[in-house]
Amino acid sequence: MWRFTVLRVLQAIPVILTVITLTFFLIRAAPGGPFSSEKAVSPQVQAALEARYRLDQPILQQYFSYLADLAHGDLGPTFRYPGRTVDELILDGLPITAELGFYALMIALVLGVTAGVVASLKPNTLQDYVPMGAAMVGICMPSFLLGPLLVLVFGIWLQWLPVSGWGSTPGDKLLPSITLGAMYAGYIARLSRAGMLEVLSQDYLRTARAKGLPEYVVILKHALRGGLLPVVSYLGPAFAYLLSGSFVVETIFQIPGLGRFYIQAAFNRDYTMILGTTVFLATLIVVFNLLSDIAATWLNPRLRYQYKQ
Amino acid sequence: MTTADLQVIPRGVSLWQDAWTRLRKNKLAMAGLVFLLLITLLCLLTPWLVAYGYEQQDLRLGAVPPSADHWLGTDTFGRDQLTRILYGGRMSLAVGFIATAVALLIGVTYGAIAGYAGGRIDNAMMRLVDMLYALPFMIFIILLMVVFGRNLLLLFLAIGAVEWLTMARIVRGQILSLRQQEFVEAAVSLGLGPVAIVWRHLIPNALGPVIVYTTLTIPNVMLLEALLSFLGLGVQAPAASWGLLISSGVETMEEYPWLLIFPGLTLTLSLFALNFLGDGLRDALDPRTAKD
Amino acid sequence: MALLDVTDLKVHFHTRNGVVPAVDGISFQVEAGKTLAIIGESGSGKSVACYSLVGLIPKPPGRIEDGRALFEGQDLLTLSEAQLRKVRGKGISIIFQDPMTSLNPYMTIGEQLIEPLQLHFSMSRRDAWQKGIKTLEEVGIQNAERRMHAYPFEFSGGMRQRVVIAMALVAEPQLIIADEPTTALDVTVQAQILKLLRDLQQRRNIGVIFISHDLSVVADIADDICVMQHGRFVEQGERMAIFQTPQHEYTRKLLAAVPAAAKRPASYTPEPLITITDLYTQFCGNRGGPAVKALDGISLQINRHEILGLVGESGSGKSTLGRSILRLLQPCSGSIRFDGRELVHLSAAELKPLRRRMQMIFQDPYSSLNPRMTVYDTLAEPLLLHGVVDRKGLDTAVFELMDAVGLARANVLRYPHEFSGGQRQRIAIGRAIGTKPEFIVADEPVSALDVTIQAQILDLLLDLVARFNLSMLFISHDLAVVRYLADRIVVMKAGKLVESGTTHDMFTSPQQSYTQALLAAIPGRVLRDLDDSPL
Repeated sequence: MWRFTVLRVLQAIPVILTVITLTFFLIRAAPGGPFSSEKAVSPQVQAALEARYRLDQPILQQYFSYLADLAHGDLGPTFRYPGRTVDELILDGLPITAELGFYALMIALVLGVTAGVVASLKPNTLQDYVPMGAAMVGICMPSFLLGPLLVLVFGIWLQWLPVSGWGSTPGDKLLPSITLGAMYAGYIARLSRAGMLEVLSQDYLRTARAKGLPEYVVILKHALRGGLLPVVSYLGPAFAYLLSGSFVVETIFQIPGLGRFYIQAAFNRDYTMILGTTVFLATLIVVFNLLSDIAATWLNPRLRYQYKQ
Repeated sequence: MTTADLQVIPRGVSLWQDAWTRLRKNKLAMAGLVFLLLITLLCLLTPWLVAYGYEQQDLRLGAVPPSADHWLGTDTFGRDQLTRILYGGRMSLAVGFIATAVALLIGVTYGAIAGYAGGRIDNAMMRLVDMLYALPFMIFIILLMVVFGRNLLLLFLAIGAVEWLTMARIVRGQILSLRQQEFVEAAVSLGLGPVAIVWRHLIPNALGPVIVYTTLTIPNVMLLEALLSFLGLGVQAPAASWGLLISSGVETMEEYPWLLIFPGLTLTLSLFALNFLGDGLRDALDPRTAKD
Repeated sequence: MALLDVTDLKVHFHTRNGVVPAVDGISFQVEAGKTLAIIGESGSGKSVACYSLVGLIPKPPGRIEDGRALFEGQDLLTLSEAQLRKVRGKGISIIFQDPMTSLNPYMTIGEQLIEPLQLHFSMSRRDAWQKGIKTLEEVGIQNAERRMHAYPFEFSGGMRQRVVIAMALVAEPQLIIADEPTTALDVTVQAQILKLLRDLQQRRNIGVIFISHDLSVVADIADDICVMQHGRFVEQGERMAIFQTPQHEYTRKLLAAVPAAAKRPASYTPEPLITITDLYTQFCGNRGGPAVKALDGISLQINRHEILGLVGESGSGKSTLGRSILRLLQPCSGSIRFDGRELVHLSAAELKPLRRRMQMIFQDPYSSLNPRMTVYDTLAEPLLLHGVVDRKGLDTAVFELMDAVGLARANVLRYPHEFSGGQRQRIAIGRAIGTKPEFIVADEPVSALDVTIQAQILDLLLDLVARFNLSMLFISHDLAVVRYLADRIVVMKAGKLVESGTTHDMFTSPQQSYTQALLAAIPGRVLRDLDDSPL
């Protein structure tokens, strides 16, 4: 099992390297230099700038120096925020995005698993249709529509909750978290319903009932373990989508998180910032995929046993 | 009974007919299908249906709520919203269908080759898919849009390139499990060549899940396009797409809520329809439910 | 006073298409220390009847319409769900058919084993664990203490079934319902499990209801037998009475379906059609794991007009041998000569003309037919491929094939899912004999079918072999079936040939201990003793 874990970690390294390389050269291949939108500057200034950002070196050398810096955790200086490094900006935004993502994931898990399990117990009845209908609404209502609608209703018309910000007014974390979590709640609900239905049709549940176990024990002790495994495997990819979802939510609610920095950097053509954030987020996503993969394997005794061999 | 009687013998019920019968009983899926056909037809015929152009402004008019002249109201430039939603639908649906077609083409080919070849080739091809899965594509698409500008063709390709991975996995899994079925072995032992086996025995049986997943991919793609347009990285004004309409609707939602609500409703309903149809198709085509 | 006394039990299923009387008024008693067997084919209602007693049928659509079931002085059918839970596992426990699926794969054996004890006796975890170990030892599991921590997939099929039995026994019930407990097992394992059940039952004085589709399995262990068809008992009574003087036509049909000794006169002169020398086939291990030797140096000969029975337990490599001969699997080394021609190194194109002469019939009639092709398409495909007939004669040829395998011509345009298992197997047989082959590999062609259907298909095969002068390699795990139609028998174990000889010799004087064990494990000794034919 440890071998599997180590192997899986080793597999992640080329992926991360691919991400870095791809991003680096994509950005270098972009038409128009990083300062092209700027007013004309004198050749001396231009040269000084290029030297500062190593743009005067051959591209391969730039690439390898970038990798060397990365190895020290140094993502370099930003183009648009003079005197600030990409590291600093990421560290500013990260805690906020992490907190938002955490709340959203909790909402998604609690609502999603509950809805999915409840629906699976009585398939094709009202108890199934209502939560699954809600899940479908969550999936079909994109965050960039749900967020503004929530703001419109609860922020502007009813004036119950603040319309933007993060941690400045009480209750301002609620709407962004719901907006971000809703879609994943929907997906998780569908996944857990499908997983539970699969398990509920298994013979071993009949065995559990034949022992005389009450129904809640049958469900909680025997069915949930297998039924929710797909949800665990989904957490990795969900995390990736959650991050990209946070771009939208942070834009809507004007939250100074990573996502907003990223979008701003994209519009400002702040290349070192884009590069740095992409590398950072991509690594994070790869790591979370890895974790959920390992967790799903650990939780499945059959796989655990296979890898022990 | 002689040869001539073959014409009068009733045909049996094929699995396709069987699935269609089941699908027809699914009210939600049928409603979805009808809605989709309707909206596709409307969008295709838009230029001949509406009285306004999609960029035709009427600045004196400004934004007005729904009225007899403008059924869904107008935006701040006085552009007719119904017109813009229908034109936006052309864009959103086009992205949905074309990008899905790209995904379908790559995914089916790749998955079928891997599944049919099996062994080491399959192993290597699927390792590559696993690796690509681990790449954060959403971020890459944003990056692409930033770096190469808002190129629509690129958008189709990029989205299609993300979505083919799952399709490849599904097709490969189907082909692999079908190859282990005894009727495929029977075909081999009859002496059938690989082309005939793929064409007569594998493809017809693998088609079901492909259809289902295709139906479920379209809404994903449309959502992605809408998201990019919302962030300002997709379709640009004065052209319209549902994501873009929602985005500009958000800016003025306090004063003119209809500019957010109608495009939002159209997008949500279309996604609903596609998802319900996909679910319905899955239930109808799933061999497990087909048995009883 | 009987342990369980059931009178006039009626269970109906209320479906959208109307009411289905799954159990339609049956009565029976089970005494302590005795075994009552309920025999019936799939869909006869035998499982529903037993499960409804302990409230394990889905309600709705199931509903108990009428009846009384006295157990320990209370009527089970009137108990509430909470009261029934106290009976389940403690008073009455169940052994299910498939040990592969009836244990929770996510929990250790120990955790599952102690559940009834903690539940019904509020035993402490430690005491329950100790008792669990003891029960595992009692059902014959080695290293019980360590095995408590193992997961189900770490056990073989037979061992799992022992675990399932331990789980049923652990709370010391008075009555056990055993639902086809050996159907999924190999014949030698089946014999062990049957013996174990018998021993435990006598030691603990337990009443047993033994549900089975197979008369020969219960023949040796049942005290009383009920024969069930369409939700009713068509006949019930003491074992020997049922066997010796069956009253109902259906019982007689079931008894007749138990394969007897060969009827086939061995009237051929040995002339080799296929000669296999030193054949090896192996499977590559997954992801670079070690290769598995499936065939380990097989040499044998199949004669013209001969039915060669190939017998072995699961994993012995018998299917691999059949598929290797037809080159559905590529052997590693060795030689297969078909009518003088070496097959092992032929290309697909070179093989094609030979494929017309050798065909295969598969085990599972559900997966061996393309679900999207009509009977016509399925039967016509090989005929056209090999140019057996031209387009003009195709319809007639297809109809004649259908006649030959006993399918009504009116069904020609139907799809496989519209047929029963037996009919599907007829379609598959029709496909195999269409090209007028000389040799057919039949891989467990009847093991997925109900017993009465099984007898029909076996007779059809015998008839076709005689009519078309076929040679056949008949692969089966079921010695009784092989004995019925094979001229010669080979026994395989772990990829090697153990023994071969004429059917008569193998059954009267087997030389190898493995063959002797296999023969001893064949259930239904009582039935064979009734039969006059010598063993």
